[in-house]
Amino acid sequence: MKVYKIFRTATRALRRNPMRALLTTLGIVIGVGSVIAMMEIGAGSAAAIQKTIASMGANVINIRPGAASSGGVTFGSGSVTTLSPEDVDAILKDCPAVRNAAPIVRTRTQVVYGARNWVPTFIYGSNTAFLDVQDWTIEDGEMFSERDVLNGNRVCVLGQTLVRQLFQNESPLGKNIRIKNISFRVVGVLGSKGANMMGMDQDDVILAPWTTIKYRVSGSSLGDTNQSAASSSSSSVNTLSNLYPGGEASLYPEQSEIQAADNPMPVRFASIDTILAVAQSADDIPEAISQMNTVLRERHRIRPDEPSDFSIMDMTQMTKALSSTTTMMTNLLLCVAMISLVVGGVGIMNIMLVSVTERTREIGLRMAVGARSWDILQQFLVEAVTLCLLGGALGILMGHGGSYLVWLSLRWPVETSVVAIAAAVFVSASVGVVFGFYPAWKASRLDPIEALRYE
Amino acid sequence: MELIELREIRKTYDMGDIEVPVLKGVSLTVTHGELVALMGTSGSGKSTLMNILGCLDRPTSGEYWLEGEDVSRMSADKRAVLRNRKIGFVFQSFNLLPRTSALENVAMPLSYAAGRISERESRRRAEEMLRRVGLADRLNHEPSQLSGGQQQRVAIARALVNTPSILFADEPTGNLDSRTTEEILRMFQRLNEEEGITIILVTHDAHVARHARRVIHIQDGLIVQGSPAVDEHPITSDAGWEVSSSEGRGGR
Repeated sequence: MKVYKIFRTATRALRRNPMRALLTTLGIVIGVGSVIAMMEIGAGSAAAIQKTIASMGANVINIRPGAASSGGVTFGSGSVTTLSPEDVDAILKDCPAVRNAAPIVRTRTQVVYGARNWVPTFIYGSNTAFLDVQDWTIEDGEMFSERDVLNGNRVCVLGQTLVRQLFQNESPLGKNIRIKNISFRVVGVLGSKGANMMGMDQDDVILAPWTTIKYRVSGSSLGDTNQSAASSSSSSVNTLSNLYPGGEASLYPEQSEIQAADNPMPVRFASIDTILAVAQSADDIPEAISQMNTVLRERHRIRPDEPSDFSIMDMTQMTKALSSTTTMMTNLLLCVAMISLVVGGVGIMNIMLVSVTERTREIGLRMAVGARSWDILQQFLVEAVTLCLLGGALGILMGHGGSYLVWLSLRWPVETSVVAIAAAVFVSASVGVVFGFYPAWKASRLDPIEALRYE
Repeated sequence: MELIELREIRKTYDMGDIEVPVLKGVSLTVTHGELVALMGTSGSGKSTLMNILGCLDRPTSGEYWLEGEDVSRMSADKRAVLRNRKIGFVFQSFNLLPRTSALENVAMPLSYAAGRISERESRRRAEEMLRRVGLADRLNHEPSQLSGGQQQRVAIARALVNTPSILFADEPTGNLDSRTTEEILRMFQRLNEEEGITIILVTHDAHVARHARRVIHIQDGLIVQGSPAVDEHPITSDAGWEVSSSEGRGGR
């Protein structure tokens, strides 16, 4: 018999009792529906979790200068200054797997506004790419411009904690704060981000053009990270010491700190503390790392047998741990859904057995008019598979509708999964074959004489 | 070549401990174009013989030649193909598919035919058959909407749709009233005389057997008498097997 003819016979047999067919396939409908819904909601939440992790900086790749060592003593990462802003440009140009990169200059010092002062955890000098790299947004005002970065303008963007500490209820926009006695105009306020994975308050931050921080504020690189020590011994913060000079007299009028900071000496060779890069996607991180490694080694002229003068770190571990949690949850739910599919299959088998018994005379008749046992097996098998596929199709609709409903009502992220739909079709067909086989086989083994006489 | 040739057919049922012999050596010949009645009381073995003749069952021993083919050594599937090609069945309980139109019921055997028969061709043939049994206006009726006589006529159409060389009717009138019985039996006679279809009627009713030209009596698994029956019911010209549609409706 031709395939379509078999299907027609099957659908005709099913149409003789549509209500029963529907109820029989309900198990499959629920099973497939829950598989689809689980997959879609699972994929959606996995994507959402990955996005959250990304906003926590898990996609960020950290490039730090290497460690200096002398006479067997190493000074730890960052003790030499090998990274330059040109490295950032080179990375952006030559590493296709890197979406964006930003130079970072760090310092730690006191910030003063009016009568209040605060030492923020992070004072970052960077460029406009920083926001993209860190997946951060400006809540109020605006980000400083690329031109500010080029000119080393004294503008800054504040984190939420800083706003709270220095301004309380005032709007900080347009106000001037002083960092190490240098006046910065506040142009924007960063959105709130909370603690990072180490438990540090990420909102406790000032962001300014890296050129400004580098040449006007920190003066040197990480050499004076220990700002508390420097500021207590230095006279720079305490302006009174200028009034009562205790040291030797100078021949020329000494430049004040502000004057000196206002007229930075042109520096040819800038070094930066860190480069933050972000890969195109979480999957591209290893590729991005290897590309950056190649580019930087080439730029720094490091021979193949020499160790790198920088180190590249990512937070893959963290990403993996978190995404594996969602994968596990999705798999667990899938297992439950699979169980309901099996239960649905048993339901199909049950009803098919009933149907075979009920239609014993029909089977006998079909055999009497020339159906071989293979024809009968085929007929009942196709009937079961049709039933399952029908249930599968309904299940796909229901599962998809269910996940859409979840999205509508709970705003849980949902992702349509083609793989899940294909798998559902495949699984429901195989459930039909597996659970339809025994009843079909039983039907095909019937003796036509007894089947015809069956009451 | 004879249509049916049975040689020393024996059939023994194995009931666990004891073996029950049902047919004890039946030899029989049926030629083309015969109308034979197979008579016997219940338990005489007539049903078993009918099953063997209809290729539904295999004899324990003996030979069965159907149009030169040895059926007794065929596998179940080969016999199924043979049944499809050469044998039509009419049953006492009609055995129509429920909730399926008369047309589809009649076309059903064609779907198991070896050659490719297109949807249109099988429809056409089923329609033609239904027309010949006088149910041209009942094509799309389901069995539940038809009377007993009409149902049996659908069954006859189904048995004939494959143009078989032999038609087995197992108590075809057992569930019908006397008037429809007469109608159906006349149809068989017509088919036999005009179409030359070989018909074997299995019955325990002597009245039914009288319509046959030859009656075979079977008793205790043996043929006791195989004489041509006296035709007490000559076919009248007005009651052909091609029942008019008005009569078809009246049979309801």
